[in-house]
Amino acid sequence: MIPAAFEYHRPKNVQDAIGILVEHGDEARVLAGGHSLIPMMKLRMAAIEHLVDLQDVDGLSGISIDGGRITIGAMTTQHELITHDGLATAAPILREAALQIADPQVRYVGTIGGNVANGDPGNDMPGLMQCLDASFTLVGPDGTREVAARDFYEAAYMTERSDEEILTAISFNATAGGYSYEKQKRKIGDYATAAAAVLLQKDGDTCTGASIAMTNLSDTPVFSEAAGAALTGTSVGKADIEAAVAAALSDIDPTEDNRGPVEFKRHVAAVVIARAITRAWSRA
Amino acid sequence: MNDLTPTREERTAKLKGLGTSRKRVEDVRFTQGKGNYVDDVKLPGMLHGDFVRSPYAHARVKSINIDAAMALPGVIAVLTAKDLEPLSLHWMPTLAGDKQMVLADGKVLFQGQEVAFVVAEDRYIAADAVELVEVDYEELPVITDPFKALEPDATVLREDLEPGADGAHGPRKHHNHIFLWEEGDAEATNQAIDSAEVVAEEMVYYHRTHPCPLETCGSVASMDKVNGKLTLWGTFQAPHVVRTVASLLSGIEEHNIRVISPDIGGGFGNKVGVYPGYVCSIVASIVTGRPVKWIEDRMDNLMATAFARDYWMKGKISATKDGKITGLHCHVTADHGAFDACADPTKFPAGFFHICTGSYDIPVAYVGVDGVYTNKAPGGVAYRCSFRVTEAAYFIERMIEVLAIELNMDAAELRRINFIRKDQFPYQSALGWEYDSGDYHTAWDKALAAVGYDDLRKEQAAQVEAFKRGETRKLLGIGLTHFTEIVGAGPVKNCDILGMGMFDSCEIRIHPTGSAIARLGTISQGQGHATTFAQILASEIGIPADSITIEEGDTDTAPYGLGTYGSRSTPVAGAATAMAGRKIRAKAQMIAAYLLEVHDDDVEWDVDRFQVKGAPERFKTMAEIAYASYNQAIPGVEPGLEAVSYYDPPNMTYPFGAYICVMEIDADTGEHDIRQFYALDDCGTRINPMVIEGQVHGGLTEALAIAMGQEIAYDELGNVKTGTLMDFFLPTAWETPNYTTDHTETPSPHHPIGAKGVGESPNVGGVPAFSNAVNDAFRAFGLRHTHMPHDHWRIWKTANDLGLHG
Ligand SMILES: Cc1cc2nc3c(=O)[nH]c(=O)nc-3n(C[C@H](O)[C@H](O)[C@H](O)COP(=O)(O)OP(=O)(O)OC[C@H]3O[C@@H](n4cnc5c(N)ncnc54)[C@H](O)[C@@H]3O)c2cc1C
Repeated sequence: MIPAAFEYHRPKNVQDAIGILVEHGDEARVLAGGHSLIPMMKLRMAAIEHLVDLQDVDGLSGISIDGGRITIGAMTTQHELITHDGLATAAPILREAALQIADPQVRYVGTIGGNVANGDPGNDMPGLMQCLDASFTLVGPDGTREVAARDFYEAAYMTERSDEEILTAISFNATAGGYSYEKQKRKIGDYATAAAAVLLQKDGDTCTGASIAMTNLSDTPVFSEAAGAALTGTSVGKADIEAAVAAALSDIDPTEDNRGPVEFKRHVAAVVIARAITRAWSRA
Repeated sequence: MNDLTPTREERTAKLKGLGTSRKRVEDVRFTQGKGNYVDDVKLPGMLHGDFVRSPYAHARVKSINIDAAMALPGVIAVLTAKDLEPLSLHWMPTLAGDKQMVLADGKVLFQGQEVAFVVAEDRYIAADAVELVEVDYEELPVITDPFKALEPDATVLREDLEPGADGAHGPRKHHNHIFLWEEGDAEATNQAIDSAEVVAEEMVYYHRTHPCPLETCGSVASMDKVNGKLTLWGTFQAPHVVRTVASLLSGIEEHNIRVISPDIGGGFGNKVGVYPGYVCSIVASIVTGRPVKWIEDRMDNLMATAFARDYWMKGKISATKDGKITGLHCHVTADHGAFDACADPTKFPAGFFHICTGSYDIPVAYVGVDGVYTNKAPGGVAYRCSFRVTEAAYFIERMIEVLAIELNMDAAELRRINFIRKDQFPYQSALGWEYDSGDYHTAWDKALAAVGYDDLRKEQAAQVEAFKRGETRKLLGIGLTHFTEIVGAGPVKNCDILGMGMFDSCEIRIHPTGSAIARLGTISQGQGHATTFAQILASEIGIPADSITIEEGDTDTAPYGLGTYGSRSTPVAGAATAMAGRKIRAKAQMIAAYLLEVHDDDVEWDVDRFQVKGAPERFKTMAEIAYASYNQAIPGVEPGLEAVSYYDPPNMTYPFGAYICVMEIDADTGEHDIRQFYALDDCGTRINPMVIEGQVHGGLTEALAIAMGQEIAYDELGNVKTGTLMDFFLPTAWETPNYTTDHTETPSPHHPIGAKGVGESPNVGGVPAFSNAVNDAFRAFGLRHTHMPHDHWRIWKTANDLGLHG
């Protein structure tokens, strides 16, 4: 559990950080909270020669709520997401999801930027970002661009971000209606056996909008447009939930691991999605 | 006497002796991070070792090239089997009479096996050098299933063993077979079963798991070439045995070896055996003339050091139709991995597995255990249990449940009908043990009443109906267990390890001003010996526990003992402590009588003093006696107040308990929720109720882990699938339920203070309680038995196989 040797860089601003990334290409990697990257280095599954620590870079952390738009700096810790009162009102699903990530010790240092940039299908924030239709701000040598979360993930550990780009912020609209992040795990500190993020809007007895996404059920986070569509316009009865679950299940492709075989995961996914819909609807 | 004279009660309370919930004296340093563990040992010029380990479970090692590693600045040496061979240290004997490779000698037999030992100036360089050692492997067929290992054409795993020759425990019937060990009357048992009214049969698998102490294994060896002395710090549960073994292996005279077990961060059996790391650190220190440290990481520990369990137990139990058990038959296929490195008393290759008749009066029984080699890590240690006792308890407590199903009978009632009655003790079991004492019916009735057993069964039945009506997806399981343990190994006449009798020892010195130090042959790994042994002594010699230092673990100062495992410290070393205390008191009596100017027989002991019979105002306290013993010339009595006792126990002790677990299970997700856990322990005389409660909480939490998810799993290529704490389940406060503890007190008739040992009971009894709850939840749907660990997907599969998913 001892990493190979590396050079440690600690730039003060984004441009310097990008400069180091450009200079060293794929031998360099940024370090945020380190709670995904450092274990990989200790297991020698990742050998990184230049580690670019972002903790002294100005302007990368903090939560701002401007009108209906929420912007979260990449270096904001998961703990800060949990304790921010404004966020708890504007998008309570974030707090609910963050509380189900790892344990308090990990959340004190793990960042939202690291969680979404990592590209591990087990991370919870990417699924949530699908549900929220979030946008990621990437800054690179060629300037700044926005990428939709739903276009960001390509395969496990493969994202739209290029090696020289830094994720600086995440933004999304404040949520309205009911929400739920439901996760089954084996124990505290475990990644999801299956997890689902659900946002529902309600007018009278009718569901007027639904967004459903899932975690750790494919090699990327899964946004199921069909599942949302199955609920929109209905009164979210038993049959409607079943239809949404069926739609969601046709969008996932889980693999066997120590959490269990595929058949089990599909069964649990169905339960978790149904529970998330039911809870979100009860809160809508 | 006046009002200021302390009363007898006040004097007793001041001692903090037997029965007091004295706070643990160790915790002051542990809670402040001031413990001193092996990895805290830092010596000038110390080097660091790390292993090149095999990525394959079975392969021939064709060549090892160390050039690139040696070329890395800071690398001092790279040891391979070739370097150890001239010293005859490339193999070492195991505690089970087998031998084990220290470094790969021509082939590797399990993933993670030690192939080469790199020694470098610092830990980082050592880790880099490990990557630079080039090993050329040729993969061989892998066997991870002990049944396949015994097929006629199975690959030969141990090419070093002479075909057809006997093993350490008699004839071997196959090239991958280690021993067949039998106990009981096979013929009579078969007869009883064949002629029985009811027979239940089941294969009960107790999966492979690992003790996983928080502190991994490690050692620091320092060979002083000037005075020829070797000092060895290490994570040793049996430091004196390590010294003897080290001396026999290395040829260094025993007085020139000093073994020190400093604070140990949990052992649970994992730190009983001798590991290649210890040997390599010693050799490296001898070769380099500098101290060498070796500390495992978590993955090394889980992958390569001693595992526990891995017993396939095929059982048959017979009974009359009224439920009176008439016979028990058990055949075990025991997966020992690549080398037989179990830590059992030598004559017992399956430990005390033949306690598997449990708490029941079973007239005839038979057990046969076949030990088998596979391509898995060696071990088979007693993970917080006496040798193979948790396997035995799990087996019988599952068989009782299966028999209850066969009889269509309540499992609590079935147990009650078959318990050994109080008036039957001392009880001779069909498999050869003499149970010293017990009162099972009282404990059982108390437990059932405490949880409201009859109401629980009604609630369970109602929930089954609700489930069938589709109103709930949750099922209720009631897990019953009444276990009997056998601990305190053991009488030297039949218990030894590599020829060393399993006595233990205590040496006491009373200081002139009335405080004391006691040294023992055992070593605490978190059990709180410094707290509880002082309490035993306080009650024996009348010196407050707070004024008694307990010291263990340094072979230069402590008397010889066999160490701490198998709940043996209190039964054996605790007894030695009491006996040594009594020697002190005997001498003190003579001194007191002299000082009081009466005959020895005219004084009597009272809490902390000798007083003149009939004149209690004339007395000498132990402190006064101690002072006099050093400073006053007493005719016919040597100066000083010291005693040593080596205690060879006449029998084992037999703690028992009644545990009940109430668990809710989600048939869809496989999740569980433990609603209630009640644990009644009878460990005889209770030395420190708070320490007992702590031990029970800890052991139950390990039992929870084992039953509900913890395992060392291999894929068919022999890769360890659960080598990190992400996949190897170690519960935190979050997964741990509340426990209710309770007790009855049936003292051991042969132990000087009646204590029986408790550290391991909760693991032994807890595992079947949790597992029985899971099995019981599905009983109404036709389940007889489902294997542990009961993690989410396996519970889901059980429900799925029973058709509960529609
Ligand atoms: C025991 C344990 C349990 C865990 N359980 C969970 C869980 O249940 N759910 C979950 O979601 N996570 C879990 N995690 C992961 C944890 O949440 C991590 O903190 C998170 O995944 C990564 O955030 P980080 O800030 O630590 O990133 P780092 O580890 O520093 O970085 C992760 C990756 O993202 C890249 N990166 C980081 N920041 C940026 C940036 N601004 N721009 C571009 N690239 C960047 C890094 O180069 C690296 O490749 C667990 C971790 C541990 C140790």
